[in-house]
Amino acid sequence: MKPKVAFFDFAGCEGDQLQVANLEEELLTLLGQVEVVAFREVMKEHNDNYEIAFIEGSCTRLQDEDRLKQIRKNAKIVVAIGSCAAIGGINSLRNYKDLESVKKTVYGENAKLFDSYAARPIDAIIPVDAYVYGCPIDREDFLHVVKSLLLGKKPETPTYPVCVECKKNENICAFERGQFCVGPVTRAGCNSCCVNEGTICWGCRGFVDNPNENAHKEVLIKYGFTVDEAIGKFKLYFGWQEAKR
Amino acid sequence: MKNQNIEVAVHHVTRVEGHGNIYVNIQKGVVEKCEWSIPEAPRFFEAMVEGRSWNELHHITSRICGICSIGHSLASLKATEAAMGLTISEQDIKLRKLALHGENLQSHILHLGFLVLPDLMGVGSVIPLASTNLPEVKTVLRLHRLANEMSNLVCGRTTHPQRLIPGGFSKIPTIKELTELRKKLQDSIPSLQAVAELFKSLVDKFPKFRRETEFIALTDPNEYALYDGLIASSDTGTAPAREYLAFANEYVVPRSTAKWAKHVRESYMVGALARLNINYKRLSPMARETSDKFNLLPMCHNPFMNNIAQLVEVVHGFEDSIRLINELEAAGLQSQPEYYKPEIKVKAGQGVGAVEVPRGILFHDYTYNAKGVCTKANCIIPTNQNHANIELDMKALLPQVIDKSQKEIELTLEMLVRAYDPCISCSTHAVKVNFT
Repeated sequence: MKPKVAFFDFAGCEGDQLQVANLEEELLTLLGQVEVVAFREVMKEHNDNYEIAFIEGSCTRLQDEDRLKQIRKNAKIVVAIGSCAAIGGINSLRNYKDLESVKKTVYGENAKLFDSYAARPIDAIIPVDAYVYGCPIDREDFLHVVKSLLLGKKPETPTYPVCVECKKNENICAFERGQFCVGPVTRAGCNSCCVNEGTICWGCRGFVDNPNENAHKEVLIKYGFTVDEAIGKFKLYFGWQEAKR
Repeated sequence: MKNQNIEVAVHHVTRVEGHGNIYVNIQKGVVEKCEWSIPEAPRFFEAMVEGRSWNELHHITSRICGICSIGHSLASLKATEAAMGLTISEQDIKLRKLALHGENLQSHILHLGFLVLPDLMGVGSVIPLASTNLPEVKTVLRLHRLANEMSNLVCGRTTHPQRLIPGGFSKIPTIKELTELRKKLQDSIPSLQAVAELFKSLVDKFPKFRRETEFIALTDPNEYALYDGLIASSDTGTAPAREYLAFANEYVVPRSTAKWAKHVRESYMVGALARLNINYKRLSPMARETSDKFNLLPMCHNPFMNNIAQLVEVVHGFEDSIRLINELEAAGLQSQPEYYKPEIKVKAGQGVGAVEVPRGILFHDYTYNAKGVCTKANCIIPTNQNHANIELDMKALLPQVIDKSQKEIELTLEMLVRAYDPCISCSTHAVKVNFT
């Protein structure tokens, strides 16, 4: 019997489920190993009998908590995929603002019609067994996690910062180029993909375990950046994690 | 089946991006209620970008949508560049056009192959087709992968692009990479024709339906407008992008977290069909042939033909990408320094960026203060511009199918919604069908 898997989405851009579709031929191989019983984005059928639930997106309102709890009840293993589900992600950028004024900016006088609270990762509501980080997730990383789970193993996640991968890729350090980068405190596993493309690390995989902030602060000062600049960049993806610290 | 009572309640329409609901109530053969609503959780991007710096907005607003992240990045960059009074090089414009083709191709192929084809083949998803029609599925996957390779090559990633930055690119492909891509595009033309033939054999499964509406799309005298152009309405003519608010009048509908929009009628339509209706003459030669083969000629008022318009645009995307690479090669690709970051003089201002993305015309409008901090933002998304049109189409379509079974009514309405290829993540910056 092939394990039954299901995909669900909450507040997010569905870019992570798109990466699953983007597996292309490998998707066919994967479909040989598992039975997909629910995936609203690509199939009409829906069945609540599943062992592994992949969840994309943040929880941003009370009414979505019941749906999450039901998924937890149905599944043996819950996997958070993508930054929004795993760490709160870019949605938590609005947590720094007054919620009522945020609603008013978008919906004007009709703001009261729409319910919303601070954006949060799904482990703020239900226990999560495994994480696939990134905005969007990396396809290889996703396959690695799925393979580990199918073999009954806990997927390994890097516990070192993006700088380690970036150095290995022989990139010129963003700080050396005069740009502010969150790589020193961000969890690796992306192969420093953004810096490789000529930009900076934005922090989408969230804080690495035990981030060395003092060293990061020294780097900031050495290159003439201010703490405000650092806080500004941290807000992009670390909002929920920062609030919890 | 006459005079029947039917309640159709499709909660979370499947095979669309995001959550939308259809609710229909028929009493004694009379439609009492027909509603399209969007329950997706709202995301408040316009509020999120206030207070953020000009060099971050494209990164943040890209996250409005995973499927059209390149389009959002480009609309965002164009708005920022307009506000700062920046112009970018001809070469960068061509590369951005390639990036946009990559995304449109990826999105259209995914929609046609994964989301629409199952309806035409009478199955619930593409998964059973992988056993019954493996060669066709593999062809679709191959074309989809090639479109993704193209985005990857130009943008450094398929979703949430990295290389697209204010003033140009942080990194560009080499001419060798581009000419290799061109070869792959050329080699795929027979596969494209095979997909077109497949749809030709199934096109009669789309309902014969017509409801006159207004179409809005970008237009350009020299090419099939996608990256840039004037706003064109099939009712009122053209205007520059900065006058977008005169076209897209957004309003709040209490049952939807997504806003709706209208222009001179009760609704209008954006997307591939709107573009084709307005810009048919500027399609590439093979795309025009494809359109003619399906007898898809302006003005087509059948929304189901939006699917075929997407197919025509796929052919156009391949042909036009080949043309763009030819031009880049003929002009000689100018190299740029590694980790390139254009020098930009930040100033206060307001700018609008309009781009045609897979589902239609997209507007970003930003105001910056003298420090380059965003003080006001407005994003008008294609799917929001289609919501009113979807509901009015449903209302017009129902009498045509009212004597059919509940199951058939449900499927027809779902197919209608899918034909618009709605992108509800975008829209709430939806599709469920509730029949009661």
